[in-house]
Amino acid sequence: MYPITSKRTLAKGVIEMTVQAPRVAAHHKPGQFVIVMNDEHGERIPLTIADSDAKKGEITLVFLEVGKTTIQLGEDFNAGDALFAVVGPLGTPTHVEKFGTVVVIGGGLGVAPIYPICKGLKEAGNRVVAVVGYRSKDLMFWHDRIASVSDEVLVTTDDGSFGMKGFVTDGLEKLRDGGLKMDRIIAIGPPVMMRAVSEKTKDWGVSTWVSLNTIMIDGTGMCGGCRVHIGGETKFVCVDGPDFDAHKVDWGEMFARMKGYAKEERMAIEADHKCKLALEALRR
Amino acid sequence: MAETIDIVKLGGVKEGERKKPRSKEKRLEIACQNPKERIHNYNEVALGYSPEEAVTESMRCLECPKPRCMVACPVHIDIPTFIGLISRGKFHEAAEDIRKYNALPAVCGRVCPQENLCEAACIINDTNAHNPIAIGRLERFSADYHLLHSEGERAAQNKPSTGYKVCVIGSGPSGLSCAADLAKMGHKVDLFEALHKPGGVMMYGIPEFRLPKAIVQKEVNYVRSLGVNIECNVVVGRTLPVKDVLEGYEAVYVASGAGYPNMMGIPGENLNGVYSANEFLTRVNLMQAWNEGTAGTPVRKPRRCVVVGAGFTAFDVVRIALRLGAEEARIVYRRSREEMPGRGEEIEHAEEEGAIITVLTNPVNYLGDENGFVRAAVVQKMELGEPDSSGRRRPIPVKGSEYEIPCDTVVVSIGQTPNVLIPSNMPGLATKWGSIIKANRETYMTTVPKVFAGGDAITGAATVILATRAGREAARSMDAYLRDPARAWYSPA
Repeated sequence: MYPITSKRTLAKGVIEMTVQAPRVAAHHKPGQFVIVMNDEHGERIPLTIADSDAKKGEITLVFLEVGKTTIQLGEDFNAGDALFAVVGPLGTPTHVEKFGTVVVIGGGLGVAPIYPICKGLKEAGNRVVAVVGYRSKDLMFWHDRIASVSDEVLVTTDDGSFGMKGFVTDGLEKLRDGGLKMDRIIAIGPPVMMRAVSEKTKDWGVSTWVSLNTIMIDGTGMCGGCRVHIGGETKFVCVDGPDFDAHKVDWGEMFARMKGYAKEERMAIEADHKCKLALEALRR
Repeated sequence: MAETIDIVKLGGVKEGERKKPRSKEKRLEIACQNPKERIHNYNEVALGYSPEEAVTESMRCLECPKPRCMVACPVHIDIPTFIGLISRGKFHEAAEDIRKYNALPAVCGRVCPQENLCEAACIINDTNAHNPIAIGRLERFSADYHLLHSEGERAAQNKPSTGYKVCVIGSGPSGLSCAADLAKMGHKVDLFEALHKPGGVMMYGIPEFRLPKAIVQKEVNYVRSLGVNIECNVVVGRTLPVKDVLEGYEAVYVASGAGYPNMMGIPGENLNGVYSANEFLTRVNLMQAWNEGTAGTPVRKPRRCVVVGAGFTAFDVVRIALRLGAEEARIVYRRSREEMPGRGEEIEHAEEEGAIITVLTNPVNYLGDENGFVRAAVVQKMELGEPDSSGRRRPIPVKGSEYEIPCDTVVVSIGQTPNVLIPSNMPGLATKWGSIIKANRETYMTTVPKVFAGGDAITGAATVILATRAGREAARSMDAYLRDPARAWYSPA
């Protein structure tokens, strides 16, 4: 069992949790993820490691309450409880070396996983320019934390309630217009955002990398549920990735595969919701 | 649970009396769930012998002085002895005797291809054709009886501690067998499993109706009771770096299996609804997706399912598809019936349950609907040419024979290869075809000092019993190595 040591709500539906997982914390590198199981019968879901502390033996997870399992994790699990399984660190770590100037983009929940990447890139001697985007001011989190490991941070909000009004792609464009020479771009966030970044940078000649978060079960290359075409070849996100050259990703296939279980997921959430309502009615 | 065994009432041999074998009688068939009923549940298909049936069948055994069955058994279980114990009502002792040779008797009694091994060698075949002793069913009976009445814990003590620390990677049949033997030899064993439950392919691959998961966990508990420390959720090469393993242990056994699915690489294979057999089986078996009430993991319920391939795995898949409510579940195989690698009994069971088998047919691509879900498999007919390197006749496509099989689910079940995670993280470890670990077939030693490997990791996907044998033989070799690491006889692979 893996004890939860802290939990707090960062923004509506966005939860930060620290979990005791000493072996994972000891070997975590930027870009890696864990597979989490809430309880013995739960799903195995991949969550990116947002931070780790080898000394304390802790990892930090940030997740959005969006599916049956993440909703349960957010609602029913608190500091003092324990998770049934935490496996990792999985995936090939983000390629970190001295590139020069690296623009690291985080959109929404994607802001959390770019923290260790910015940190790693900075330590490797890069000039790190972060672009973090949110829908609005009240959904903001960790932009200050990102600032602590970057040379510059540009915040965008879709509605203009904080920072620059617009999407992260608008922020990226602004940096370019301002004459920033980019040696590499890394983007993590919702698939639509990553695709938008990819499309924008395709003609710029700047190497652009994204972190894919596909459906997976074991996370070690066993099920192949996470497979997607990269440059015409089938790759397993869990072992070959999760980082891939954005310009080689078959985005159409990626989007279709993300929806492979949409119907079952919706039914599961509804069933859970009905269960809870029935329980509440019983209690009354 | 206390129980009394009245061997006279059961038809066996009384203490002090001589056995009069009834080898001319027919082999006692095992009761099976009715096909019409069983496709609506996940309970075991073959029901197992009652004590009376087991004694009756055991009484046919001649208890030969030179048993051919024992030679044919990959782990050389002392078959006449354990069957003799059943004839005499000593069911626990029978199970304990098997455990000397095999740590997983309840598993092997169920999934071992006995018809090609011990039972094929049985001398009774010579005089009473097609009626060998039902060795597998008797093995299962004694093992189940023991597990039911004793928690399945060890009877014998381990040898005194040697002080050596060894590590086993992977808790499938090979890893468990190796760990059990090493512990009995007095070594301190840490066994690491990547998934959240120990058992490897016995948990994620073989379905409940062929091998109940509760049985697997009891066998695992037996291995634990020998003092083996099993830690789940540890992916060696990630959670625990290979370097730490090499530094922390005096010997290492890699039994990481063959868990990487092969795909055909044809157009449409990444459509939704197209699964690798591993994914489909893992969802249903390990994650218990069949148990909708409690499981958090979904599986798409197939209506029309195409299963590509005709091995053990393909038959497991097609039978699961039927249990999930498929109206049509079809095996598509590129060669003919004679070449199908699946086990006779499984093929028979699948057909009884309504599976369709389409031979000499191979998919060429899959067609999807507007949402990216598979809607048909485009297949082509094949004919058999000259034998290939495997000795089987090579399938050759028939030009212009393509047609569509409408389906909403496809499961690609054309084999598995070992995972590259350990080989790619262990400098100096020689492999062939990228991921199969090279190991000496007698000593199981790899090209890395103190690292041994066995089971599917060195052969590619094979059977539980062959993996078990590798585990046992490797344990013996590792024991010799630990006691005298400077000895030169174990030339690496």
